[in-house]
Amino acid sequence: MRGSDNYLAQHLLTVGSGLVMLVALGMVFLYAPREAVMGDVQRIFYFHVASAWVGFFGFFVTFLAGVGYLLSGQRRWDVLALSSVEVGVTFITMTVVTGSLWAKPAWGTYWTWEPRLTISAVQLLIYVAYLMLRGSVEGREQRARFSSVYGIVAFVTVPLSWFAIRWWRTIHPDILTGGDQMAIAPRMIHTLLVSIGAFTLLYAALLSLRMKLEWTSDELIRMRLKLERRSRG
Amino acid sequence: MSFLRKLLAVINKDIAAEMHTREIISAMLVFSLLQLLIFSFALDLHAAIAETVAPGVLWATIVFAGTLGLNRSLAREQRNSCIDGLLLAPMSRSAIFFGKVAGNFLFMVLVEAALVPLFSALFGVALFRLSVLLVLGLGTLGYASVGTLMAAIAVNTRAREVMLPVLLFPLALPVLIGAVQATGGLVSGGSLVDVAAWVRVLVVYDLVITAVSLVTFGYVLEG
Repeated sequence: MRGSDNYLAQHLLTVGSGLVMLVALGMVFLYAPREAVMGDVQRIFYFHVASAWVGFFGFFVTFLAGVGYLLSGQRRWDVLALSSVEVGVTFITMTVVTGSLWAKPAWGTYWTWEPRLTISAVQLLIYVAYLMLRGSVEGREQRARFSSVYGIVAFVTVPLSWFAIRWWRTIHPDILTGGDQMAIAPRMIHTLLVSIGAFTLLYAALLSLRMKLEWTSDELIRMRLKLERRSRG
Repeated sequence: MSFLRKLLAVINKDIAAEMHTREIISAMLVFSLLQLLIFSFALDLHAAIAETVAPGVLWATIVFAGTLGLNRSLAREQRNSCIDGLLLAPMSRSAIFFGKVAGNFLFMVLVEAALVPLFSALFGVALFRLSVLLVLGLGTLGYASVGTLMAAIAVNTRAREVMLPVLLFPLALPVLIGAVQATGGLVSGGSLVDVAAWVRVLVVYDLVITAVSLVTFGYVLEG
């Protein structure tokens, strides 16, 4: 389906994201300074923020792909939407898990209703629902249509939820998180930026692999149908 | 025929069907009464804590009962392919959408009309005020709006009864937060000005979600 140029580009992307990820890891542990108040625990922050960014970005891509599908009806938009959600869900799960891991030593509890952590959990639930929806609709065209609509409406509600949750937290101030302002050193910012870059590359690599898998599965179905037709004579 | 008359025709159709079967209102009403019973035992609802938890219990009841009504309202169109008849009728998709939303809103409000006095009497919370009713209306409108769209999707899936709450609840979160906070503020003696921020959340949500649902509803029906 795709030429050898794409094959090479895919490999470059996969290997490149691996290398940049190694650089990011090195920076997180060797380059970034130790945070004064929280200590080494704070180092999880770089991957936590990076995975949150990729999750959110992935869902944004799904939103755009949903619009693209509804306007054009082309299969490739649906493949992009599905792949982006699957990769996004993986990263947003990582965000929620690293958030809880960080919350335990920093605030003494695995879960706080901190707005950013809460909105990540809400997004996780929304896009798990998206995948459940895809699993229970018959027919490729209908599945693509419904999930495009859901991907669009869901993405629009996320900012509304964000504001509602934030105001809700200001009414019930969280003593645990109060006054825990992190002082950001320049080296921390460099590390964060490289981490975000590494995660974005990883997202792109996983996305293109996932899309390729979907195309291959389409191809397989087509070949099977052809074979069946031929064997029937 | 003007847009308004087409809209009223869709609402009239839903009311006529409901008068014959009474399946939507009766299901929601009985279910919400049972929920009140369960909540009062589960939370040990007595006067001392009623004021704190009442808004949450009220909205949880409305949200859960609402899914029953929404599901039935759209499943009714699915049965015997009634939806094809609606699509063949000479009217725009937006008239169908607003008609269905209005019908669902109406049925939910009727159930709330029974629920609110009962709730006030049982738990000694003053809900029968214009400001509380306004919040109820705004919250129900947003919920009915996004709920109608989600139910239109859910009735076409394999596990329709399960699918609707799974799809709808995470999207209805801003309504729930806004409505519970606004109701709570009013119940504990505040005025509309005190809960203006939450009322604004509800209004913004209603506007945004109705616009997005309106645009996408046509895509759900076609095919």
